[in-house]
Amino acid sequence: MSTVILLTLTGLGLAALYFLVASGLSLVFGLADVLNFAHGLFLGVGAYATWWAAGNLPGAGPEGFGFLVAVAFGVLAGALVAVLVELVLIRPLYSRTIEQVLVTVGLSLAGVALLQATWGADPRTFPRPGWTREVTSVLGANVPNAGLLLIVAAAVVLGALLAFLRFTRYGLIIRAGVENREMVTALGIDVRKAFTLVFALGGAAAALAGALGGVYFGTVSPGQGGSLLIFAFIVVVIGGMGSVVGSAYAAVAVGLLQQFVNYYGTSGLGDICVVGLLAVVLLLRPQGLAGKVAHA
Amino acid sequence: MTEPILSVENLSVRIAGLHILQGVSFDVAPTGVTVLLGRNGVGKTTTLRAIVGLTPRNGEVRGTIRMGVQSLLARPTHRLVRDGLGYVPEDRCVFAGLTVAENLRLAERRGTAPAYDKVFALFPELDRRGRQRAGSLSGGQQQMLAIGRVLLNDNRLLLVDEPTKGLAPKVVTEVAEVLERVAESVPVLLVEQNLAVVRRLARDAVVLSAGKVAWTGNAQDLLLETALTKSLLGVGSGEVPVSPRSEPVLRAPQSRTKGGAA
Amino acid sequence: MTEVKSPEVPAPPAAVPDELAPGRARWHGLRPYLPLVALVVAVILPYSTVQLPGVFEGALNSPGNLQLLAICLVFGGLAAGYDLLFGRAGMLSFGHALYFAAGVYGTAILVTKAGLPLWQAGLLTVIGSTILAGLLGAVALRTTGIAFAMVTLAFAQVGAILVARNFGGLTGGEEGLTLDVSGLPSALVGVANTVNLYWLALAYLALVVFVVHRVSMSPTGRVLAGLRDDERRIGVLGLDPYRFKLVAFTLSGGLAAAGGVVYSLLVGASPHITSSELTLSLLVMVVLGGPGTRWGPVLGGILYMYLDHRLTAFGTSDAVNSLPAFLSHPLSQPLFVLGTVFILAVYFFPGGLASLRTRLHPVLTALRRR
Repeated sequence: MSTVILLTLTGLGLAALYFLVASGLSLVFGLADVLNFAHGLFLGVGAYATWWAAGNLPGAGPEGFGFLVAVAFGVLAGALVAVLVELVLIRPLYSRTIEQVLVTVGLSLAGVALLQATWGADPRTFPRPGWTREVTSVLGANVPNAGLLLIVAAAVVLGALLAFLRFTRYGLIIRAGVENREMVTALGIDVRKAFTLVFALGGAAAALAGALGGVYFGTVSPGQGGSLLIFAFIVVVIGGMGSVVGSAYAAVAVGLLQQFVNYYGTSGLGDICVVGLLAVVLLLRPQGLAGKVAHA
Repeated sequence: MTEPILSVENLSVRIAGLHILQGVSFDVAPTGVTVLLGRNGVGKTTTLRAIVGLTPRNGEVRGTIRMGVQSLLARPTHRLVRDGLGYVPEDRCVFAGLTVAENLRLAERRGTAPAYDKVFALFPELDRRGRQRAGSLSGGQQQMLAIGRVLLNDNRLLLVDEPTKGLAPKVVTEVAEVLERVAESVPVLLVEQNLAVVRRLARDAVVLSAGKVAWTGNAQDLLLETALTKSLLGVGSGEVPVSPRSEPVLRAPQSRTKGGAA
Repeated sequence: MTEVKSPEVPAPPAAVPDELAPGRARWHGLRPYLPLVALVVAVILPYSTVQLPGVFEGALNSPGNLQLLAICLVFGGLAAGYDLLFGRAGMLSFGHALYFAAGVYGTAILVTKAGLPLWQAGLLTVIGSTILAGLLGAVALRTTGIAFAMVTLAFAQVGAILVARNFGGLTGGEEGLTLDVSGLPSALVGVANTVNLYWLALAYLALVVFVVHRVSMSPTGRVLAGLRDDERRIGVLGLDPYRFKLVAFTLSGGLAAAGGVVYSLLVGASPHITSSELTLSLLVMVVLGGPGTRWGPVLGGILYMYLDHRLTAFGTSDAVNSLPAFLSHPLSQPLFVLGTVFILAVYFFPGGLASLRTRLHPVLTALRRR
């Protein structure tokens, strides 16, 4: 029984990581039609910025409040980079979908290489508060605190995103834009401002995933974002592009499936099952679980 | 002759290599309804979308479009709309996942008070159904929402694309009544296939054929000349069309009873 | 909305700028023979001992240089095969690495683990990989556009996982697999015989260029070009886009697998060739070279692989090291340089290298007039 609980909670921790990456990807795709291969870069930027801040930024550190400052710095850096990418690289290619994908592909190659050039290819030990290295006993299972932290963070981000989409003017514009972007402009709204905002949100969430993923894995390396990104893509497709809630459901399904099959079957089989799930969902529901609607 | 509110000169649109419009010129009068007629696929919707700046990315627009002294081409859609060009698209295009109230709220603009009284006076239904998802409204109600959404702000010109398409006869009359009231205060450029509605609303008519303007003049005169109407639109007013090509025009069995009223 | 115009025949394949560029008659007379000349030069190149300092280290025909050139040729062919999807049919697949890797690992496993002779192993691998491409394509093509890209990406990811997890000890996991030389013809073994591998790679490239050219000139190719430009129009003509796309996908997968066979002889099997990054670099090659053109992707592939190898040396050279750190560190990363060049190319050279001559033409004429 304790094994099942442990697997469930670590699976949810994984799901939390996927959700943080996928929610931004999904909104960016749903609203702006941009398949963002550079999203993994935002994650890397968040992780390295947090790592850097913990060692160098005054007031920040690996423990307590200082760690909070470091993570905030990382999230801010991720959001900033995302906004710059949108303004400088994506916006001039407005509605030229293929070119935009190509630019993000180039950016993902160049960006990861840049991280590597700056901080080396080898994994760096990530600063993490002492309590995240301990475990908490949940119904007899010893669950790593870092995993629980991820779950809580993802739940907070989900709640905050939904509240934002539901109750703010820009949230309304984003939900409408995911449905029919053209009609939003035909109501006199400059939808491109919402693009920038969505990139910022997605960049911030991915950067948070980078920072907390660093805490979870204990290390940070330039390529980390890339491997997560593929599963995040799968989550986005299964969940339905443009749907935050769909991403959340799909992330949980993918995380749990992966964790359980990898444990009870052969290692690696879980990853393959996830792709199988993707194929099944696409054949049955090509628009994904939630379709192209940003649910609030 | 008064200055037109909108003048289109030598408008050409190519989309994916197809010459859809080939040098279209016409004016829209500053009052009343100007109707854009033509068989299916002659480029009526393309014309409206070119005016409001929504030609697809693979399209190419040439010519001039002016509203007053201002040139419209090359300006982004949202600016045109904020400058008073209201657009009610074909197929309504309400946001199905949003509530009626949210659909209306989306059209609100900073700095101007939204005219909810005016809209709810025209469409009391929208007030009552505020919390309902727009996707669950009937076609007629969706059309009311699409028009109401645009009327929340002041407009200098309204572009309305096939507002009665696919609606039940009774609802067609309702929509026509609303448009008639709207047109008292703001000029309308209307694309419409239902000749009964045209007869009731339109003062001026522009007929497109094969990407060009085939006829302009008084709409009522056009409808009186059965032979002309038939040659331009493939159907006589109120007649049952014979050619299968013009089938979508057959939507107004009530035309005889309501048509002449205007 | 279809218009009253008569239904148009699908647009011909993207005009090759070469044929449109005004040129002198003499030049036109020579043009058709240029590929042949290039081929002859490439064939006799291994007999040259020319030194090209800065471009190649040592003599041109040293085994090291020949191997580098052979890798470049293989990737030239891969890029041309990938262009059959991306440039000619407008299909954005992110899973092309899978079929290449199937070719590489299939050959290595059949030769090393099953002890088959090379020709049997190669043949079986290409057939098997083509069938695999057909099956996976049949599923993936039920989606279009971005979803298609993601599905192919996910399928390729399965391949990467299978290889990395080393199921049944077949793939060698992280270590990869080197071919068991005892099973290979002696003419393909040993440093001294690198030249034969070079010729093999050249033959592969020629084969791909020939096949892609024939396909794109055939009625099928014209339908594919029509699909790329506007899928609905092909549907209107009563043709089933799905079948044509599946043909292109399967063929392209088979060609990639054949390239994998050659590559396994040249380098052996290592897990990094299964990664999505390989597909991304194919995409970069095609876009840099000029999608939908005959020679653009080939040139793009050759140049990309050459730069990828040479930039590593360039990055550690004295010239770069003497630069301040904020310049020298990024420049020492080939992928940084290539990624940046790629982004710039998307903005400023949408037609890639192949369009360079047409773009330079006005500049050149202006210069000549002076």
